[in-house]
Amino acid sequence: MSTTTAGPGRIGWALADSWTMTRRELAHWARQPVQVVVGLVFPVMLLLMFNYLVGGGRGVEGDNTEFLVPGMLALTMAFGLEGTMLAVTQDLNKGVVDRFRSMPMVSGAVLVGRSAADMLQSVAALAVMTGVGYALGWRWHNGTAAALGALGLLLLLRFAMLWTGIQLAMVAGRPEMVQAVQILVWPVGFLSNVFATPESMPGPLGAAVEWNPMSATATAVRDLFGNPGGSSGSWAAEHAELLAVLWPVALIAVFFPLAVRRFARLSR
Amino acid sequence: MSTVSDAIVVEGVHKRFGKKRALDGLGFAVRGGTVHGVLGPNGAGKTTAVRVLTTLLRYDGGRAEVAGFDVRSQAAEVRRRIGLLGQHAAVDEKLGGRQNLEMFGRLYHLGARRAGQRADELLERFGLADTGRKAVERYSGGMRRRLDLAASLITDPEVLFLDEPTTGLDPRGRAEVWNAVRSLTAGGTTVLLTTQYLEEADQLADRISVVDGGRVVAEGTADRLKAMVGGDRIDVVIRDTDRLGEAAALLGEGVTVDRDRRLLGAPAPDRMRALTRTVRALEEAGIEAEDIAVRRPTLDEVFLSLTGSGHESGDLASAGTEVAV
Repeated sequence: MSTTTAGPGRIGWALADSWTMTRRELAHWARQPVQVVVGLVFPVMLLLMFNYLVGGGRGVEGDNTEFLVPGMLALTMAFGLEGTMLAVTQDLNKGVVDRFRSMPMVSGAVLVGRSAADMLQSVAALAVMTGVGYALGWRWHNGTAAALGALGLLLLLRFAMLWTGIQLAMVAGRPEMVQAVQILVWPVGFLSNVFATPESMPGPLGAAVEWNPMSATATAVRDLFGNPGGSSGSWAAEHAELLAVLWPVALIAVFFPLAVRRFARLSR
Repeated sequence: MSTVSDAIVVEGVHKRFGKKRALDGLGFAVRGGTVHGVLGPNGAGKTTAVRVLTTLLRYDGGRAEVAGFDVRSQAAEVRRRIGLLGQHAAVDEKLGGRQNLEMFGRLYHLGARRAGQRADELLERFGLADTGRKAVERYSGGMRRRLDLAASLITDPEVLFLDEPTTGLDPRGRAEVWNAVRSLTAGGTTVLLTTQYLEEADQLADRISVVDGGRVVAEGTADRLKAMVGGDRIDVVIRDTDRLGEAAALLGEGVTVDRDRRLLGAPAPDRMRALTRTVRALEEAGIEAEDIAVRRPTLDEVFLSLTGSGHESGDLASAGTEVAV
């Protein structure tokens, strides 16, 4: 039987294995279309709720929808953390990961497959959300290049949340623990400038909000789209683009190696 | 102990989880092409042993080799030569049977075309060819196990690990798995089988290691193990329940008492003399027996006495020292 090392070499096999694992996730989607649709509809529902039901963003000068849509895009990327955690814990608690790990495949491929699938899902979510936002009257005003830059920053945040989620899921271990994290994700998500400007909040809270990685992305994205942001003139707000890159890169630099290492040594 | 033709060598392997010693100097060797049973109660260290030998778990001390490669330092070589059937179905339950096998084939680097062919061959061989696109989560327990086994055999492994392969299956599913294992060993694969079922070890294994507390407490063929534990036994049914205790005292060392059935059992290595002695003792004490018989021990008794769980048979339970036959 030809399971020899001959062939495309280590990097080639790493790519091949990663692609096989990505196909596995895509096959899951094909078998659970309803779940995929629900995953895309949920953030749209939040967007509609906050646009029509919850009322205008506090402290916003300008059109509320223009303020809300970029914030919701950032929030959707950040909440992707939950989806990643859930998928990873569910996988780890099944025997199939044991089989993967007892096979001569490149062990990181399991994680690459997970991240490829989650990133594809996020691209789809961004497409749907911007489409709905457009229908609600949201526009980008600084040209295509800046708009694409904004989408890039959003995906960078998602990528950081992805590896954070993988690591947290492996530390938490069980799906029940994910629920605890899910509950925590909400206050952290709302402790941002997605729905209100930091100036409209009491001092220390406003400061915490300004330094929330999600706020940095939201502010940077608003700037790039040319949407109102209610800039406070603080250092964090003035350097939002820089922070929107630095924060995710820092999270990735910490959690990517931790997650890969932990997965390779996943021995209770 | 180990020779060149040993497919698995385990020597003094230790593994702790916190304070618990899961493996406490485990040692055995398995000759190539044979089926080796690892028999023990829950928590004896069977699954830990399998996880160590399949490179899923690092051990703390000792030596472990599979197919001639060190499990710790040559894990990649070991992984190319083994198949694993774990306690929980190690297949993707959301996917179909063919999808699963094709995916594993690709991950064994067979190439897309060969992986597809191999998937079809195995589905045919394990009677799963007509499952179509049905997701594995909708399979019966026996079907799932067979798919799992098929997945373990994609590359015709040199050494196959079966960790309690029939736990949770109905008798029909169990028979299916047994047949599959038998046809495999006919092809020369080395099999390490863990089980709690004595019947299973008796049916499938060439040799058996009885494991308790993370180490081997006895090893040999099923017959030798039976012979080793005191040989023949005498059973006595007493008519009057009130006199059971009194009668038990007369039978000497290692008596088991089954109050509900008014049944006493004791080792009878000298067979007929034990019978005469017992009849005479009961007669002198005026205790009436309904039935007396001398018989060979069951593997159950061997197991229970060696692992010290269940029966409270005195001297045999203390035979917890390492014995090789």
